[in-house]
Amino acid sequence: MLVSGIKSRPVYTGLILDPHAEHHLIAVEGEGALAVLDMLSPAPRDAAEKATILYTKAGSAPVDHEGALAKLHPYRLQPLPTIQTLLIRLQGFLTTAKMGTRIYIAGTEGFIGQAMQVALNNAIDFHSVRTEHRGSLARRIQCVHCKGFTENVTMSHVPCAHCGLNLLVRDHYSRRLGAFQGVCIDAEVPGELPPAEEIFP
Amino acid sequence: MSMNLMSGSTEIPVRVADIVQVSERVKRFRFEPVAGGSMPVFSAGAHVVVSMNIGSRRARNPYSLMGSVTDLSAYEISVLKTVDSRGGSVFLHDSVKIGDQLTVSTPVNLFPVEQRGRKFILIAGGIGITPMIAMAEQLTAQKLPFELHYAYRNDQAGAYADTLKARYGHLVHLYIDSRDERIPLDALLKNQPLGTHLYVCGPGGMINWVLESGRKAGWPEENLHSERFLAPPSGKPFSVVLERSKKTVTVGEHESILEAIEASGVEPPYLCRGGACGQCLTCVVSCDGTLEHNDHYLAPEERDGNQKIMICVSRIKGSNLVLDL
Repeated sequence: MLVSGIKSRPVYTGLILDPHAEHHLIAVEGEGALAVLDMLSPAPRDAAEKATILYTKAGSAPVDHEGALAKLHPYRLQPLPTIQTLLIRLQGFLTTAKMGTRIYIAGTEGFIGQAMQVALNNAIDFHSVRTEHRGSLARRIQCVHCKGFTENVTMSHVPCAHCGLNLLVRDHYSRRLGAFQGVCIDAEVPGELPPAEEIFP
Repeated sequence: MSMNLMSGSTEIPVRVADIVQVSERVKRFRFEPVAGGSMPVFSAGAHVVVSMNIGSRRARNPYSLMGSVTDLSAYEISVLKTVDSRGGSVFLHDSVKIGDQLTVSTPVNLFPVEQRGRKFILIAGGIGITPMIAMAEQLTAQKLPFELHYAYRNDQAGAYADTLKARYGHLVHLYIDSRDERIPLDALLKNQPLGTHLYVCGPGGMINWVLESGRKAGWPEENLHSERFLAPPSGKPFSVVLERSKKTVTVGEHESILEAIEASGVEPPYLCRGGACGQCLTCVVSCDGTLEHNDHYLAPEERDGNQKIMICVSRIKGSNLVLDL
């Protein structure tokens, strides 16, 4: 059911350190911490000294990577309780940041999409943000009918958390909304559904 | 006012409405549509290709549009007279008179202002000021913050320096080489808000210096913009076989491959004619010598691959080139 080859499907090319950046501003959720460790551990020491890491354990709740991140001795490490608080803090940093600051985002797709939204709203070019997908493949979905968002969708179709329509999860992605599109799957005969499969574990 | 363009037309006959000597070596030309009406809409950073008949040769040179984007009654360009080049600028300076007719292409913008930017740093060297004049005007109209840094050789060379200073005041910074004044680039790059975009136009060395300094200051590639039109370099003549058109043409010493092909009646696609846009990219079937890539469009691996050539500025060292045209 998943139509592949849709161009709006984001590609995350991985965290690569910008050796020229004056400052590294890193937004990281859950398993994304492992990508940050992979990037900063082998890097020259001054890389971590220029890094501000905003971390929420969110998706990897049973495992806390805060200790491992702290061992990098970053310029600043801010553990935050939720994705929402992290995004607010990110906005705060971006408001006063100068050119020469490189933005990195790592974690699940839903998190990357939301942090990217904050970056885009601060006039940062999409292509200049370095991203790496780690952790669950779960998707953040926008219902194209009622416009509500449903988080952490792992199944091929899912009832909308807002209007209740059964939504087919597509590869069609909105960068502006930071979400995949969900389209009613049983419009002809409500309730007539193929079995839902877990395709975004 | 009605549009004077037939649909699909890319060349616009224009009349020279005004010529102004701006500085020692720079003249401004105003082109009005011969058919009346208005010129096509353009955005700051756009250029047109001006076609001129110089003797038996047809020269086509790209020039940035410098007028206001809201005034479509005419286009304005400024031309630096470069005596040692291939004659287009000398022809415009010495032979073209008010009332003469020329042809300009529809505008193309390879140097557009990033509309989502927060702030704009415009850096110009010499005649590179022309696109910046349109940009400053457009940014002012859009109420977007900018600053203009303009470097030129000496007091006689600073075309539009006084006008710009009078119009934009403290937003304009002037640097005169002969007084040892230099753009304080490092300081400039260090203190800009996130979302700032930099635009540079001028001599090649200056562009490289600005872009390289930008990268070293940690500016993303996406925020660094430049434009430079190259004149096709001269070289030894050689022959070009157009495999599909079944024609053979000779490229003269001061001619580009594109010009030689056009003279034979074949019309390959082009936009900038200055090695910047990539539109005239042509596949090489064979070459008995080496390709001399003069463009700044092809990636290094494409250059080394010897299968593609930008026919507007590149040549070969050899005697025969076969193209898929």
